Amino acid sequence: MTLSTAAVGRSIPRLEARAKVTGRAEYVHNMSVPGMLIAKVARSNVAHGRIRNIDVAAARALPGVFAVYTGEDIRKLIAEPYYGPAFHDQPILAIDKVRYAGEPVAVVLAADAHVAENAARLIEAQYEALPAVYDEVEAMTSKAVVHEVLKPAGTFADLKHLKDKRDTNVALDFHLRRGDLGRAFAAADHVFEHTFRTQQVLHLPLEPFATVAIVNGAGDDSLTLHSSTQSPSFVRTEIARLFGWTDNKVRVKVPYLGGGFGAKVYVKSEALAAACAMLAKRPVKFATTMEEQFYMITKHATTLRIKSGVMQDGKITARECEVWWNGGAYADIGPRVTQKSGFTAPGPYDIDNVHIDSYALYTNLPAAGALRGFGIPQLVWAYESHTDMIARELKIDPLTIRRKNILREGWPQATGTLMRDAALEKVLERLAQRMQWEKPFQRGSGTIKRGRGMAIGFKASISPTTSMAIVNLSADGSCALYSSTVDMGQGSDTIMAQMVSEVMGIPIEKITVVHPDTDVTPYDMATLGSRSTFHMGHAVKNAAEDARDKLLTLASEVGLSAETTPIPDIFKKKYGMLAGNIVGVGSFVPSYQSPDARGQTENATPFWMIGATGAEVEVDTETGEFKVTRLVNLVDVGKSINPAIVETQISGATVMQLGFTLQEQMNFSDGHVTNASLADYKIPGMRDIPPMENEAVDAEQKSGPFGAKGVGESGTFGVSPAVANAIDDAVGVRLTSLPLTAEAVYRGLREKAGKPLKDS
Amino acid sequence: MNITRTINFTLNGEPVTAQIATHQNLVEVLHERGLTGARESCAQGLCGCCTVLVNGAAVSGCLYLAAFADGAEVRTIEHSENGELDAVQAAFIETGAFQCGYCTPGMVLMTRQLLDAHAEPSEDEIKHYLSGNLCRCAAYPEIIKAVKLAAAKRKIERKGAK
Repeated sequence: MTLSTAAVGRSIPRLEARAKVTGRAEYVHNMSVPGMLIAKVARSNVAHGRIRNIDVAAARALPGVFAVYTGEDIRKLIAEPYYGPAFHDQPILAIDKVRYAGEPVAVVLAADAHVAENAARLIEAQYEALPAVYDEVEAMTSKAVVHEVLKPAGTFADLKHLKDKRDTNVALDFHLRRGDLGRAFAAADHVFEHTFRTQQVLHLPLEPFATVAIVNGAGDDSLTLHSSTQSPSFVRTEIARLFGWTDNKVRVKVPYLGGGFGAKVYVKSEALAAACAMLAKRPVKFATTMEEQFYMITKHATTLRIKSGVMQDGKITARECEVWWNGGAYADIGPRVTQKSGFTAPGPYDIDNVHIDSYALYTNLPAAGALRGFGIPQLVWAYESHTDMIARELKIDPLTIRRKNILREGWPQATGTLMRDAALEKVLERLAQRMQWEKPFQRGSGTIKRGRGMAIGFKASISPTTSMAIVNLSADGSCALYSSTVDMGQGSDTIMAQMVSEVMGIPIEKITVVHPDTDVTPYDMATLGSRSTFHMGHAVKNAAEDARDKLLTLASEVGLSAETTPIPDIFKKKYGMLAGNIVGVGSFVPSYQSPDARGQTENATPFWMIGATGAEVEVDTETGEFKVTRLVNLVDVGKSINPAIVETQISGATVMQLGFTLQEQMNFSDGHVTNASLADYKIPGMRDIPPMENEAVDAEQKSGPFGAKGVGESGTFGVSPAVANAIDDAVGVRLTSLPLTAEAVYRGLREKAGKPLKDS
Repeated sequence: MNITRTINFTLNGEPVTAQIATHQNLVEVLHERGLTGARESCAQGLCGCCTVLVNGAAVSGCLYLAAFADGAEVRTIEHSENGELDAVQAAFIETGAFQCGYCTPGMVLMTRQLLDAHAEPSEDEIKHYLSGNLCRCAAYPEIIKAVKLAAAKRKIERKGAK
């Protein structure tokens, strides 16, 4: 250990680059094992109904079918076959009733996937239709109740009061109270109130969900799951809980993921694959199609109401936020979105008097969970549109009003937690510089009008969560990192290896990252919420430092200088040959304080993520068609461990959110998805990318490993409101619902001209 | 009821005889032979993840019935002239033109098609050729850089060969 390799801060190519460009990287969706059966599910064709009968006779009779199971068969294996991270509310296959159109009601196993698929189509179920509720605001008071009884998992303290609660669709109500709102509204020069909506969209990783479940030996009570999961440790514990086993009976292995974006957290395809394997005593693969992704997990549609008290000079003195999150039929992680993101609903602004009411609602739609931003893009959409609407009314420049109100370093956010290492001002100022905001702007001519807009948002990290890591140094000086962080494309393998390299002084080529395998790699909460660089980064750094310290001790034990002696010589002197190894361990859990009844806490998050976007658009005043001609994306990631990977995270997040802003929307008819395919649900392609500039501002997260923090979501925050603000700037049309479409702009233009379209 | 038939084709330069079901697509047959670089994702020929070269032309393997490969020359991402990376693959690595890697084989194969037809493609030609390949990670800016770099690498190779 004589060289300083200075691995951190360099744009090292990804460790797995060669495997990916040669098509040899392994994904569960492409995996097969000997004797494997394929599972295909039959799904409900009503949004809410009591199951009267499921006729599986024809399916069972089809040649080549190994077995057909319904919820009742699963119940013989598992008495309470319900799973979920916040509520134990989701059955492996529907029991008694179905809660959304597309819910799995039966499963067919066959060696041939085509046989299984054909058999699944032969399954006929009869339902007694129940009244359904689809809208999140209606769900607050609807007589249609999705779950008769609430079943919180017991994991989260703030859900305990919901246990056994009946006849409600509210899966969590979060409230924050700060200051004296009534007095502040009364004293304000102006009061503005607006309501915004976002649509239901979904992740659509190009590798859909997949699990291969293998029973370990005939009759053994243990399982190995190869799964496309972002949370192997959680899957192990949850599957073990379902079967009433200890954790060591379940082994979860994860190769690469063909994208995740929050879809593959918690239990998704695993429970059904595991149950089928246990019933069939054969390996079972449950891999969904692209179409089936529309029935797995989505992003919350929301309704957001914001009311602000503002002084004549633009200072915001009071803000009231109500947010209704459309959680669909199963809670998934929605209640955490409601709380963890809910408390940032007033925006990154210094406002003394704040009320927030944030509600997680059950409805009869496919479940909603976490999607790249964990609710933040919905909130920023509302509060940054609102900011510009206030500025426009008061004839204040959008940059000026933000400068006037932005939270500065050390100031308290709505929870009372002080902003630390949060480069809000710097991000805003760099954005303004790059946009040349204070210089004259060319506003277009004729029927093409130009406009520009900006938006800035922030996010707390999920907390408190634990990461563990092991660094195993071999006698020859090569090294393996054992970590349960999942590389789903974000580059975690590479940056974790860079951290080990930096601490140990071992070149990156000599470091292997062992992929998640819960029998081998230690616990990690999950790969989500941009938490890995910070949390796992600390654990990895600690493990590497532990290994380095042990090597120093070993060297001095045998009378050698660790500074000048090659590593193999130290081992040789100790063990007489190239033998043995040194194991360094590390763990990390940040401190945290739960919010009190008023939503107040001194320590809401270990770090803040900041993201801002500036947009320029051209709008055709004759048709409403518009084009985003420039996007400038600024983030605070602290210090970049790998600047090239950081850049791709910023632009990737931005483009994904641009899809949610301009083109993506799940369409429904009576609760049925009507566009469940890439033909009808268009995600951004090569031609949909505007000219983009991305920058991570010069910043440091002092509490982060090597000054770093997470980056995966920050690029999403400002995109939607920046584009809407730019459209308003160009043609004076304000859109308050996503996605932003030419039709909506055209309707706005007609309305503005006093000639509204008749059918609107 | 499965109707089977036997097909003969050349797979990455090797002669192959395969017993297939007539409804099977090319991706399924390749997977049975352990080649998983072509991946069925959208199953509609829209995403490009399943790209395979049949008689030198890129096809969507998810929509291409395996029976039609009878007598054809099939090449997949796993094909390699000499075990080395080609200019396109090297350029994808150098520019970091992928994240999760699921779409990458299709992107690489389509880029080779593009550069075979247009040695020095314009940005519009790049977008035209690659608009049928989707990347949910949205590594598009890096992919465009990779294509340009690959074109430059091939130009150097051509000069070296002269």
